[in-house]
Amino acid sequence: MAGASDDSGADLELVGITKQFPGFTAIENLNLTIPAGSFFALLGPSGCGKTTTLRLVAGLESPTSGRILIGGKDVTDTKPHQRPVNTVFQSYALFPHMTVLRNVAFGVSRRGIPDPLGRAHEALRLVELDHLAGRRPAQLSGGQQQRVALARAIVNRPALLLLDEPLGALDLKLRRQMQLELKSIQDEVGLTFLHVTHDQEEAMTMADTVAVMNRGEIEQMGAPEELYELPKTAFVANFLGQSNLFTGPVVSSGENSIIVEIAGTKLEVPKERAQRHSGTVTIGVRPEKLTLLTTRPVAASGVNVLGPGVVTDVSFSGVSTQYLVEMPGVGTVTVFAQNMVFGPVVNRGSEVWVSWTVEHGFGLADDERLEERSEAV
Amino acid sequence: MAFGAFSGETVVIEQPRRRSRAALWLLLPGVVYLAATYLAPLVSLVVTSLKTPDLTNFDIGRYQYAFEIGNYGHVIATYWPIILRSFGYSALATIFALLISYPLAYFIGVTLRTYPLWQALALILVIAPFFMSFLLRTLAWKAIFADEGPVIHFLQSLNILPANAHLNGTPFMVIFGLTYNFIPFMALPIYTSLERLDLRLLEAGSDLYANPGSTFLRVTVPLSLPGVVSGTLLTFIPATGDYVNASPQFLGSTQTAMVGNVISDTYFNLQDYPSAAALSIILMVLILIPVAIYLSVTKTEDLL
Ligand SMILES: Nc1ncnc2c1ncn2[C@@H]1O[C@H](COP(=O)(O)OP(=O)(O)O)[C@@H](O)[C@H]1O
Ligand SMILES: [Mg+2]
Repeated sequence: MAGASDDSGADLELVGITKQFPGFTAIENLNLTIPAGSFFALLGPSGCGKTTTLRLVAGLESPTSGRILIGGKDVTDTKPHQRPVNTVFQSYALFPHMTVLRNVAFGVSRRGIPDPLGRAHEALRLVELDHLAGRRPAQLSGGQQQRVALARAIVNRPALLLLDEPLGALDLKLRRQMQLELKSIQDEVGLTFLHVTHDQEEAMTMADTVAVMNRGEIEQMGAPEELYELPKTAFVANFLGQSNLFTGPVVSSGENSIIVEIAGTKLEVPKERAQRHSGTVTIGVRPEKLTLLTTRPVAASGVNVLGPGVVTDVSFSGVSTQYLVEMPGVGTVTVFAQNMVFGPVVNRGSEVWVSWTVEHGFGLADDERLEERSEAV
Repeated sequence: MAFGAFSGETVVIEQPRRRSRAALWLLLPGVVYLAATYLAPLVSLVVTSLKTPDLTNFDIGRYQYAFEIGNYGHVIATYWPIILRSFGYSALATIFALLISYPLAYFIGVTLRTYPLWQALALILVIAPFFMSFLLRTLAWKAIFADEGPVIHFLQSLNILPANAHLNGTPFMVIFGLTYNFIPFMALPIYTSLERLDLRLLEAGSDLYANPGSTFLRVTVPLSLPGVVSGTLLTFIPATGDYVNASPQFLGSTQTAMVGNVISDTYFNLQDYPSAAALSIILMVLILIPVAIYLSVTKTEDLL
């Protein structure tokens, strides 16, 4: 609605949203609050329900149950053209029969705001495409079309901007540049951005808050650093970066930490970093937090040691080297070591131990034994 | 602001152009065909239209080569009301066919898209009339609308029509018949356009504050215009020259004669070949004028 075009952005609140398609539940009891002016990323694998969530917010689908509030106002039963929301579609959906300029001016004209063409030129200057204003979308490259789609949405100064994998069609270099541009546009216009992506790096570099979605539900939500350093489920631990995960029984529980026995070795995890404190639990540690040792280290408090194991693979990747270590009874452990010295520290077949500071470990909430082992390959 | 990084990449997409001798050879059969079936009769028609009666042989239907431009003035002066009527009937039939066909094509091409079986069935129903000769179908309408037929009886029982009313032979019936016979020619091209319509564009329209009516006018209609243009031409051009619907043997009467009926009459009954030929050429030129204007206004080369 015209009144909602103020420059400040608005809160988005999803309350108990469920969306069922015939014979298939795409979204299950989704609760989500996105504060005004924030850059929020919805991250998840293909088919987890990200597009469906955006379509519900835009009004292109209606929820089976639950309410949608934008800026505190219940919009669940309003039509898409009545919502103060604009979408940058995954497919761009530019009007092929209109020039770039007319495409961008479309929303402004429909709302009867004066000088739609002037505003469209302004938005096109923002995405550095004003010189192509007279072209048809078919005469633009994929990256240019994507920026037109962005301009067409931003020109309306919507309270809420929905971006559905808008950078998916771009090559890696352009994508990285566009990520920075999008972020700076968001700073500049101060709107609320809801950005959907399956690229974890994209979500982490751009967003203030990331929600990780899996099978129609949000597994975990928080600042990117928080999600990375303290994942609460195996899915998050492996979808956001890589993790080494170990499952075993809690053998003792102290004041500040729990001890978990993995293949005969006792490993300590701080209580405040573990979701569960008894029974069989899965604990984990990031590969770059591990130290590779060629001799059995002296037992010390505050340090976990696993080993000995055999190095099965060494791969050099520039800034770091990845080692795969086969630990008897535990499985494969991945270690990232910074390349501080020339060449690998150890070779294939070497006997090694790995150690990490207790504070770097985390305990997951999953209560089943993991069906899939750590994806760290 | 930013984005300077990509301002260099300006992609100009050129239409691919190919030149090869093979293409010219492949064109040959088409050129020969056109020359034989279009150019030759056209030349013969022009020559005939300029002939004068044979002064050495006073039998009916004998003409000699001449350059009698006056034939044209003569037929225009005699038949202009009928020419005008032809265009009027045809224009009305085209408008009615469009008003009926567009919703029909939209329903089949867009609404039924998620039910492919129903869509196929509906398409077959649109084409089904072609399985029967249109002469028979038009005669069937004549029977249905006959003075003693069911329609007139029904309308009389409701006191909508007076006791001595008849429909056959009226302009209404001729326009009705033209509309009916040309609906498939209008509906199928429009269907083809709408069937390809990307529904995500309609979603984009509604996302950009356009209500359903506005989205229809600004997105759906322009994107289906190529179909509307083809359908309109496929209806208007043959309908203007049609001589079946308007003939007294079918739905018309002498009062509803169209230019096709006059050409047929002057040719077969009066054996006035120069007049028939002159009328045919006038009809052709008169159709070309509105068609050219129509095509330049709708700018199809931009849309197709
Ligand atoms: N109209 C629909 N009918 C049935 N299933 C659908 C429909 N739209 C989406 N789905 C299903 O819902 C799930 C989530 O889809 P989507 O939201 O597009 O995923 P994402 O954008 O995360 O890749 C998918 O399994 C998809 O097949
Ligand atoms: Mg998607």
